[in-house]
Amino acid sequence: MAVIQAKYDAAETLIAARSQPEGAAWAVEARKGAQARLREMGAPHRRDEYWKYTNPASLIAADTPRADNFETSETRPFEMLDRLRLVFIDGVFDPKQSDPLALEGVEIEPLSTALNADIHWASSVYGVLEANGQKPVARPLAALNTAQAVQGFAIRVTGKAARVISLIYLRSSETADAMVHNVIKLEEGADLTLTENGPVAARANMVLEVEVARRAAFHHIRAQGRDHQRQAATHMFARLNTESSFKSFTLTVNGKLTRNEAVIEFTGDDAHATVAGACGGDGDFLHDDTVFITHDAVNCESRQVFKKVLRNGATGVFQGKILVQPGAQKTDGYQLSKALLLDDDSNFLAKPELEIYADDVACSHGSTCGEIDENSLFYLTSRGIPFACAQDMLTLAFLNEAIEEIEDPVIAGDIRDRLAAWMERRTG
Amino acid sequence: MLSIKNLQVSLEEEDKQILKGVDLEIGAGEVHAIMGPNGSGKSTMSYVLSGKNGYVVTGGSATLNGVDLLDMEPDARATAGLFLAFQYPVEIPGVGNMTFLRTAVNAQRKARGEAELTAGEFLKEVRAKAKTLKIDAEMLKRPVNVGFSGGEKKRNEILQMAMLSPKMCILDETDSGLDVDAMKLVAEGVNALRSEGRSFLVITHYQRLLDHIKPDVVHIMSNGQIIKSGGPELALEVENNGYADILAEVA
Ligand SMILES: Nc1ncnc2c1ncn2[C@@H]1O[C@H](COP(=O)(O)OP(=O)(O)O)[C@@H](O)[C@H]1O
Ligand SMILES: [Mg+2]
Repeated sequence: MAVIQAKYDAAETLIAARSQPEGAAWAVEARKGAQARLREMGAPHRRDEYWKYTNPASLIAADTPRADNFETSETRPFEMLDRLRLVFIDGVFDPKQSDPLALEGVEIEPLSTALNADIHWASSVYGVLEANGQKPVARPLAALNTAQAVQGFAIRVTGKAARVISLIYLRSSETADAMVHNVIKLEEGADLTLTENGPVAARANMVLEVEVARRAAFHHIRAQGRDHQRQAATHMFARLNTESSFKSFTLTVNGKLTRNEAVIEFTGDDAHATVAGACGGDGDFLHDDTVFITHDAVNCESRQVFKKVLRNGATGVFQGKILVQPGAQKTDGYQLSKALLLDDDSNFLAKPELEIYADDVACSHGSTCGEIDENSLFYLTSRGIPFACAQDMLTLAFLNEAIEEIEDPVIAGDIRDRLAAWMERRTG
Repeated sequence: MLSIKNLQVSLEEEDKQILKGVDLEIGAGEVHAIMGPNGSGKSTMSYVLSGKNGYVVTGGSATLNGVDLLDMEPDARATAGLFLAFQYPVEIPGVGNMTFLRTAVNAQRKARGEAELTAGEFLKEVRAKAKTLKIDAEMLKRPVNVGFSGGEKKRNEILQMAMLSPKMCILDETDSGLDVDAMKLVAEGVNALRSEGRSFLVITHYQRLLDHIKPDVVHIMSNGQIIKSGGPELALEVENNGYADILAEVA
């Protein structure tokens, strides 16, 4: 069939577009393996079931679609945190703008260094979690990333990290095509907060692999850049061991196209995972949250909490699945995905799924889209609050359910303020 | 203060007239009560005066100190001095009661060209007022009306009224569902606000509220019209005999 051939042709084009990087033998193997996976899967195509709401064409187009740089005088997110700053420009690490790679309780290496050395832990994570996450649904752009990425960090956390690690992705070029791959291993009992912010590049392909060992805790807060025309395909793969915890929150306002995939697997009992997001879209905006959570252990809890506010023809997409494997008893799976449509032109497309092969589980899912509640709006305005302000208050209240998933009140407050400012810029 | 002339209102969605020519004059500092059977249009009138969507004014007028109310957005009516204590206060998850109150107070001040209250000034005022209404700090922190009991919701309405210092207060069945103590608390809250420049329109089914908030005039509304007006004795008559006699009298 023509479509299928097109997928394979496109995969070959993607493979040929960048040279295969050098590295240690294990890294070369990992990259070759990823390349082979990509060849087998083909590039994503809008006829693929998994891409039926989001057309991947511009994510794989040979020419990077141009994106104007976004100028703002406002402070960047997370600046109030005590943190180690690692700065990228157009997806390339810039040591001059960054802090020294030294942090108590943590080993940090640039990815290129790690993939040139015999680092055992890295070889058991790099491309391994990604390969695992290719079944049952193909994620070809993640395989492409494993095969070709040279930018990113390998971070091993052995205790409680003394500070937050912040990956700061700034831009300079209007046509840069970035590929960043971060691998993180939290050893037993370790604790790390990682923040990521910024647009990365005109177009970005991101992979984050996180292995969370027994009793370790990983906190992840991400604020994707406000550049209107930027495009991003991000992938997060996490493997959770016994009694570990993984919490990830993403703020997205603006951006022309964002596909955020999260693939989480419970392999040890009594673990917890949260993937949450709040997003605001106005106009030429498509935001896609695609989540796949596999429960393959006993008594694990997973939460998906996504809230989207859409206006002026913006589109929101949610594909979320909870898979409960045989024997994964006492699973508690929660999935909530809601969109608030501020006008008739905006769209929300959702495909929530549960697939359960164990009998003693509690899973719930709710996916709705609606408008601002008229009665609430009247109540607020009847107290003298102008319509636009009342609408913003209710919109923020709607998003709050996702923001509440953030543990740190200071970070939650920062996220709330940014969303409030985003709305205020629109309603005046 | 409030002047309603031949007000006629229909529903927007269906061709049904609810108010069929209401006339009402409330002078400055006066307290008027409206009683009447369920469905007679009391809440509709209070909603139309405050600007709720879903109603069409097909005739008549309503002015507050000479200003045409019906032409304004709800927030402008509030800023002009109108306040409605809702029969069913709305629960708003995710919006803190304090944030809500402060936003409302300062929005009105700003619209009137007055200086906004600082966080400290606001806090001091809201705490003092909440205390007299037995509203504790925890209730102030919670989302607007979420998880409040019926009595707490009504007290929260009175707190908003006290904070916003309106000129014309409409209380729509603020006493319904309250026990005697809660009703007293609400009545005291209202009485504390009575002044020469502030008028009240109290919608109620019960004489007992009017024992505490003494009305100057009592009106009976039925089928979208005020069919009888009188002194406080009219409320007693309703309490003793129900509406049947009055309805028969005017029929
Ligand atoms: N939004 C509405 N939709 C349908 N019917 C309404 C609406 N608002 C009021 N009504 C009708 O108008 C009449 C008057 O109602 P209401 O004003 O609530 O009376 P009261 O407050 O005196 O009990 C009732 O018959 C009620 O059903
Ligand atoms: Mg009523």
